[in-house]
Amino acid sequence: MDTRVNLPTNEKVKISVRDLNFYYGGFLALKNINLDIPERKVTAFIGPSGCGKSTLLRVFNRMFELYPEQRAEGSISLDGENILKSKMDVTLIRAKIGMVFQKPTPFPMSIYDNIAFGVRLFETLPRVEMDERVEWALKKSALWNEVKDKLNQSGSSLSGGQQQRLCIARGIAIKPEVLLLDEPCSALDPISTGKIEELIHELKSDYTVMIVTHNMQQAARCSDYTAYMYLGDLVEFGPTNELFMKPKKKDTEDYITGRFG
Amino acid sequence: MSAFATMDVARMGMHRKRKVMNVVALTLALGAMAFGLFWLIWILIETVRLGVGGLALSVFTESTPPPLAETGGLANAIVGSLLMVSLATALGTPIGVMAGVYLAEYGKTTWLGAVTGFINDILLSAPSIVIGLFIYAAVVATTKTFSGYAGVLALALIVIPVVVRTTENMLSLIPNALREAAYALGTPKWKVIASVTLKAARAGVITGVLLALARIAGETAPLLFTALSNQFFTANMGEPMASLPVTIFKFAMSPYQNWQELAWAGVFLITLGVLALNILARVLFRNKH
Repeated sequence: MDTRVNLPTNEKVKISVRDLNFYYGGFLALKNINLDIPERKVTAFIGPSGCGKSTLLRVFNRMFELYPEQRAEGSISLDGENILKSKMDVTLIRAKIGMVFQKPTPFPMSIYDNIAFGVRLFETLPRVEMDERVEWALKKSALWNEVKDKLNQSGSSLSGGQQQRLCIARGIAIKPEVLLLDEPCSALDPISTGKIEELIHELKSDYTVMIVTHNMQQAARCSDYTAYMYLGDLVEFGPTNELFMKPKKKDTEDYITGRFG
Repeated sequence: MSAFATMDVARMGMHRKRKVMNVVALTLALGAMAFGLFWLIWILIETVRLGVGGLALSVFTESTPPPLAETGGLANAIVGSLLMVSLATALGTPIGVMAGVYLAEYGKTTWLGAVTGFINDILLSAPSIVIGLFIYAAVVATTKTFSGYAGVLALALIVIPVVVRTTENMLSLIPNALREAAYALGTPKWKVIASVTLKAARAGVITGVLLALARIAGETAPLLFTALSNQFFTANMGEPMASLPVTIFKFAMSPYQNWQELAWAGVFLITLGVLALNILARVLFRNKH
């Protein structure tokens, strides 16, 4: 089905997906996806489990390449450059397109080093500037006040919600242009979720954010654009309030009103 | 009346049957454990009883005596064992860890990885006397001398497969989510392994090294045809070298009482050392998980 959506002309396109097909071995998991992601906006991906939204997110930073049986066809352009071309250095792509996962994954090192680790890959900062960067990232992710006195403690000593905010801090510390969030709140309590949603809202002044979520209220609350996916198809894509208030497709309406999924 | 009384008879019957099976299984398991512990404790008691008697300061300061001598100790054997075991571990650990990293992080789906893993399993279960004979043929026969170095090589060949296997297993236990999180920052593969996965698996890898160390500390067969033994004190690895297991083997089989006492003292020292290493390995592993 043709789901190509033209963004309003006042939006600048950050990433455009063209004719994207994705395979797990012989299984076609994404079917001919065409999509433009607006710059410095939050785009949410919703849909029932197995619809391909996480899969799509993992194509944007070529994470799927870790698994030899997975492959993508088509093109994804970041500022006009096709990042699926094998010649592109994947580590540089990932430095530009950061990702936060469903489960918090602190590295086996101190809170400070968890954040400095990624920064050190691409920048050599003097100690003072590194301290400032760590503080900046932790403040951005609303974690600074809780950890400022124990930066040398292990990252895994934090609670689940704190660990997830640590992972977000780690992701933004390297100053990517795009941030991919794969159900970042699914393992969190409502208070931590609230903090992270606030953060997402703040982040879009600097970053292009894409978020996969099972929580429709969350998509409605914190995104500007929403894409509804089903069985590997992009069914509908548009401004969040339009998609939720007057969806164009019957399938989308059924899903968001809870009649299905 | 309790709610359980209304449960139907068939379900209660099955419940009773499960309870009986539980008691039977628990009894069998406890019996098996008691059988194993019985022999282990007996060995420990005998070792302590006969070993402590021969333990004196001279055991650590004097070298192995001639038969029926008044004094004498195990200094040459202790030093020989320490030298050969620590060098073999120092040689085998980096090789084993790197091969384990290859198997877990690079070779998982490759033909070379599968073959390496299979050969490593064979090496892991190879009788240690075979390894001793191999080094005899390859090193001792060509250099025309028994030497501490040959002993080190034989012991290292025992260390390597153990370290390879534990390193691979420990790395495989690290969830892929942690690897993906590191890759997502733009980390190159070698850095992901060195700074994240290997670090997360650190305690397990060290445990593997300690267990390998404990294993070679008591190995006799691979040293019999390689380091041989030496009646005198030497720290020269190019010469035949005494070790605790070979000295125990020699002395315990002898008819001389002073030799037999020293053999027991050696048995006691090795047991104590291996026990300490095992406890250390367990403590390290527990603290991490």
